[in-house]
Amino acid sequence: MNDLIVQSINSIVFSMLLFIMAAGLSLIFGHMNFINLAHGSFYVLGGYIGYTMISKIGSYWVALLIVPILVGLVGATIEFLFLRRLYGKHRHLEQVLFTMGLALITADIIRSNWGTYVVTVKTPLLLDGSISILDSQFPLYRLVVIGIGLTIAVVLWILMQRTRLGIILRAGVFDKNLVSESGINIQVIFTGIFGLGSALAALAGVIGAPLHSLYPGLQFEILVLTLAVVIVGGLGSLQGAFFGSLLIGIADTFGKALLPEISLFLIFALMAIVLLAKPMGLFGAQSN
Amino acid sequence: MIERLDTMYQRLLSRNILVAVIIVILAIAAPYLANTYTISLVIEVLIFSIFAMSLNLLVGYTGLPSFGHAAFFGLGAYIIAYVSGVNDLTLSLTNNILLTLPIVIVGTGIIALIVGSLALRTDGIYFLMITLAFAQMLFSVAMRWSAVTGGSDGLIGIPRPEIDLGIWKYSFESRTAFYYFVVTTFVAIYFGLHNIIHSPFGLALKGIKSNQMRMQVLGYKTLNYKISIFVLAGVIAGIAGMLLAQFYWHASPENLYWTISGQALIMVILGGVGTLIGPVIGATLMRLLPNITSTYTNNWQSYMGIMLIVFVLCAPNGIMGILLKKLKNNR
Repeated sequence: MNDLIVQSINSIVFSMLLFIMAAGLSLIFGHMNFINLAHGSFYVLGGYIGYTMISKIGSYWVALLIVPILVGLVGATIEFLFLRRLYGKHRHLEQVLFTMGLALITADIIRSNWGTYVVTVKTPLLLDGSISILDSQFPLYRLVVIGIGLTIAVVLWILMQRTRLGIILRAGVFDKNLVSESGINIQVIFTGIFGLGSALAALAGVIGAPLHSLYPGLQFEILVLTLAVVIVGGLGSLQGAFFGSLLIGIADTFGKALLPEISLFLIFALMAIVLLAKPMGLFGAQSN
Repeated sequence: MIERLDTMYQRLLSRNILVAVIIVILAIAAPYLANTYTISLVIEVLIFSIFAMSLNLLVGYTGLPSFGHAAFFGLGAYIIAYVSGVNDLTLSLTNNILLTLPIVIVGTGIIALIVGSLALRTDGIYFLMITLAFAQMLFSVAMRWSAVTGGSDGLIGIPRPEIDLGIWKYSFESRTAFYYFVVTTFVAIYFGLHNIIHSPFGLALKGIKSNQMRMQVLGYKTLNYKISIFVLAGVIAGIAGMLLAQFYWHASPENLYWTISGQALIMVILGGVGTLIGPVIGATLMRLLPNITSTYTNNWQSYMGIMLIVFVLCAPNGIMGILLKKLKNNR
């Protein structure tokens, strides 16, 4: 019984990390119609830069604030310099190859800067304690992660539903031409979205680093799970990213606990079931 | 006018026949002319050419952006490992190619049918992501389920094939013999695909690529066409994977990894999407360049990454694209 509670909370913690990743990826997929296979690399880059910053400056909170801004700027610059040459309806393969190139180069940069060893990041001192919930000890940090995830969900929701920018973004999912014909500079918006998406990925990386260690290949593991979330939830949908993350996060955590060898296969099966019922994902626009 | 065209055609044809004759002679004589290193390289290039040609059926001819084609490449390798491998984990049933080849074909075909019928319910970005996710999940199972798959070491002890007719037996164990085996397989698949592409079935695929809606209105069951080509592409990729495993006596989880899918895509796009010879050119360049630059071992990731980026920005239509454009301008 105890174990079940611990696993349940763990699965929600992981879901929140996935949500922060998937929200960014879904924004980029849904609004820019752009496939970004370097999203996992921004996550890992966030984790490693955060690790260095924490050990140099000694403050987790400074890292949590600065790293996403830094990586977000890198993302926006890449969009500004290269990605805008690759937009278009039938250019997904070029986008895939380009961002795969980015992911490979990032992997090499990480290898030469931080080596191939497993790097562990300490939990911030302030949150190093634990709370007991129903007789089981629970690390405070994990509960804070849940809090951060929910906060970001609310902030993004307000941004999408209650602001002018949100209206423009939502309109862009359905008809980009209409948006640009209304006199809105869609290029600037795209740069912003990509920057925001990268910043969210890096934020998830900094938050996630103390939960699991950093190691080579992590970016592709997290990318595949994030892709699964976006497929299950539906492109460009914030609700989809949220509930998709919960579904995949719970399935992954319990799958790893019960059937560690084939846990990822369970997720594929889950994806298959969802797609059989709803080919565009749970919350995706169901029309073509 | 017509006469002139006719002589031009005759000249072109005779030149093509001459080129073909030279290629055939070179291919047969190669083991006696080149050293073992070169022959190994040629075998590898041919195997990856088969793999890239199979992916081109989806990407180039039908417009299906698969990013998980390594799944079938790796499956072919693991299936032959279980059937013929001499190893604690394998079944070691038979090494008779007359039996093992059908098993590989049926095995990869069934899985391609299952994955295809699921993934083809969607298209575009979704299709791409589902194929990628499927391949990565196979990879993770291959890595983690060591008791069955050998984990990160993969499965070893896969012999090169032999033909066993009961009264007559021949083994392709030597490098030279295996070279001829791979060349024969390559030629058979190349001309097989040539026929398929120019058949009504192949033309229907091209129709689906350019306008799926119109094909549906014309009464074509486009989903069945797409599933068929997905299965065919999966089976041919499986054969390529089988050949690679036999060549190295080894099935590795690396064969399933997304970088292999990515490499195959580069081969297809580098050579030229939707041409039969394009992927062969792409595969040749992709396997030769690392050997020439010799940077492959240390920083191969950066090397490949930079190549990808430069390539996408500079030559998105591939080498055949550049050549075809030149041909058009010259006319």
